[in-house]
Order: sequence, then structure tokens, then C-alpha cells
Amino acid sequence: MTKEQENIMAKPKIATTSLAGCFGCHMSILDIDDRILELVELVDFDKSPINDIKEFTGECLVGLVEGGCANEENVRVLQDFRKHCKILISVGDCAINGGLPAMRNTISLQECLDEAYLNGPSTQNTSGKIPNDPEIPLLLDKVYPCHEVVKVDYHLPGCPPPADTIWEALVALLTNKPLDLPYELIKYD
Amino acid sequence: MSENTITFEIDGVEVQGTAGQTIMQAADVAGIYIPRLCAFDGLEPFGSCRVCTVKVNGRFQSACTQPIAEGIIVENDSEELLELRRNLVDMLFVEGNHFCMFCEKSGNCELQALAYRLGIAAPKYPYMFPADRNVDATHKDVFIDHNRCILCARCVRASRDLDGKNVFQFVGRGPQKRIAVNSRARLVDTDLNVTDKAVEVCPVGAILTKHVGYSIPVGKRKYDHTPIGADIEANKK
Repeated sequence: MTKEQENIMAKPKIATTSLAGCFGCHMSILDIDDRILELVELVDFDKSPINDIKEFTGECLVGLVEGGCANEENVRVLQDFRKHCKILISVGDCAINGGLPAMRNTISLQECLDEAYLNGPSTQNTSGKIPNDPEIPLLLDKVYPCHEVVKVDYHLPGCPPPADTIWEALVALLTNKPLDLPYELIKYD
Repeated sequence: MSENTITFEIDGVEVQGTAGQTIMQAADVAGIYIPRLCAFDGLEPFGSCRVCTVKVNGRFQSACTQPIAEGIIVENDSEELLELRRNLVDMLFVEGNHFCMFCEKSGNCELQALAYRLGIAAPKYPYMFPADRNVDATHKDVFIDHNRCILCARCVRASRDLDGKNVFQFVGRGPQKRIAVNSRARLVDTDLNVTDKAVEVCPVGAILTKHVGYSIPVGKRKYDHTPIGADIEANKK
């Protein structure tokens, strides 16, 4: 088989990541239960916490992004996903509107850090300093929805989106069929 | 047919109403749903949210305030109007702090249900995350969360016209416009009662009754399985 034939035969690849999320959306992906066996017939998993592949090995057809952008690392990962994925999907409310982490958006970053590391009622920090190690990604001024950072092709709302919503969307994309989700499958909670 | 009967058309369908009715009232009876947020059965029309905007003989009008007239041609369910309504609902979402995932009203919220019905997966406008919205939880049975208020004035009208109390009114103008509590700053200082209509009519999670949060499980809430407006569409003959 030539390299070209191999490429044609190869299954499309899918990548997933959790940015400023709680991994609940990934739990919902796993919630497709035994349909995951059908999914691996349709796709190969590239970079994803599900298989623990840390870096992209090539171009992907679909990227599923959970969580919004709360720090510079989130932005870098999201830009990397945009670069490697033909179709980028925001999965869940955090990716779509910032979600719970965005509750800090009405409070200044300095106030948040002061409360967490200096003034909080349960804070024990004898150094009196706010952590500032180069290893720790810097926080952004606020939490951004993914589509305010890169172009996002589709949005699957929900906290988390039901497994059926994710499944139906993926199958429609992978089999090139129109997606017509029933009323029950698009919810914001 | 009495001489008060008025015949007109909505999306090519002949509709009959009685003189004095608004387009929305006549449409409701005929089983045609016109989306709305500030309009509420039993309250004076207010015409502020513009979600019920229809085209009457080619001109934009709010269906909740515009009276019916013989022979008018009303356009309601067109892609142009749906897009306009989607934009309005989008703007309401990004203008406030609407966190559906933990809001007590989720599943029973008219703003959310309207977004579902209009097929909004994500707003097209950037989120504003306003920092100036407070929560007044001073009252023992009711709280008001300004983060979720969409300024529909249902509470203002219900308190004034149904409860006879004038607990709520608007203060400020433009982006500074807010719902405020009558004469004093705190809800506890008013004569608001938990049984007041003003508490019941809030379409979103801005005015909520305490001690009953999340009492209806997910799957059994008003809009979990039934789109908003389905009750009106059931009137269709």
C-alpha cells in the first residue's frame, strides 16, 4: 500500500481537551457507554486526556474543547487545537460562555488573588506572597469563552451536554449527515 | 360574527379577532405563538423587549401593543423576524450575568426557553460580564438578583396594577437602567409579600422565592420537554 492509499484508508482523527473546565464534559463523552466501541471504529483518538496523548501527532478532523480560557496555557492549547483541527467544537457551557470559572469576571484579578492567597478566611500562607513561579501559567484578566479567542465552528451547550448530544453531533459530522437534534438535547444546564 | 369581528392575516393564515385586541391577543386565541418576554397575560402591554416584533403591512410593530385592524397583513414566522428575535435574546444573554448551570430558574426560565426555541447554541455577541449587579437578599422570603434581570418591568406592572403596592420601579437611564425598590434601598423595607403577583411574574431568575430552590427535578421542569409557546399553539383549531 502506498503512503497515499494509507492516508485515504486512515480513519479521521479526533482530539479532545479540557481547558478551564471540570472534566464533566469528558465524563459525558465517556457516558456514551458502549457506543465508544462504535466511535473507535469511526475515528482514531489523537491528543486527548482519554488516551493521555500529550501532543498532536498530526492533523485532526474534529477537536472537542471543554472549558473556557482562564490562563495563558488555556489560550496556547486552544490555539494549538485550532491549528490542528479542521472542525473545532466548543463542548459545554464553560467553553461557550466561561461557565462557573467566569464568575470571577465581575471581580478584579487582584481581588481574586488576594482573597485566595492572602485574605481568605481559610487561607494559611505564612509567606504572605501570591505564587508567581514561571511554571504556573499566568491568569488572564478574565475568563474568556473559546469563540472569543479563536474561531469555533460548532457549539454544544449544556453543563454537561448530554452524552446523546455529543454522540449525535459526532456521528453526524463523521458520516457527513445533517445534524437535527431533538428539543431535549440542547439545554444550558 | 358580530360587527366587532376583525379579520386579518398572520403568515398567510386568516385570523379573526375582536375590536380592541392586540395582534398578540388575537394570535394567542388563534393558536399562533408570537415569542415574547415582557408581555404577560393580565398585565398592561409594555412593549420594551421587542421580542414580539412582527411586520404589519411591511412595517415593524410590537405585537403586544399594536391593535388589530381589518385586513392587515402580519408577518410573524419569517427568517428575517426570527433572526431579529435571536439577536435580541443574544443581547439579553450577554448584557447580564446569566449562569444557567446553577440558576434556580433554569428549566422554568422564559429567556432560556426562548433561546432553546430560537435554536441559539451560543450568543454571537461578546459577553459583557457586568460587575455592577448586586443581590438583595434582605427580605425573609424573597430575593432579587440583578445579575439576571432583563428589565421587562413585569414586576413593576404587577406590583402597581395587581398587588396595589408599587414595590418596584425603574431608576436610571440607558445602560444604567435598573429595577429598584420603592422609596428605600432594601427589599426588606418594603411591604412586598411572598404571595405577591410581582414575585410570580418574573420570567427569569431575578426575583425568586427563598427556601424552595431546585424543588422540581431536572426532566420535570416546565421547558424540559415542551418548548415555550406550545401551550398557545395547542389552541390551534
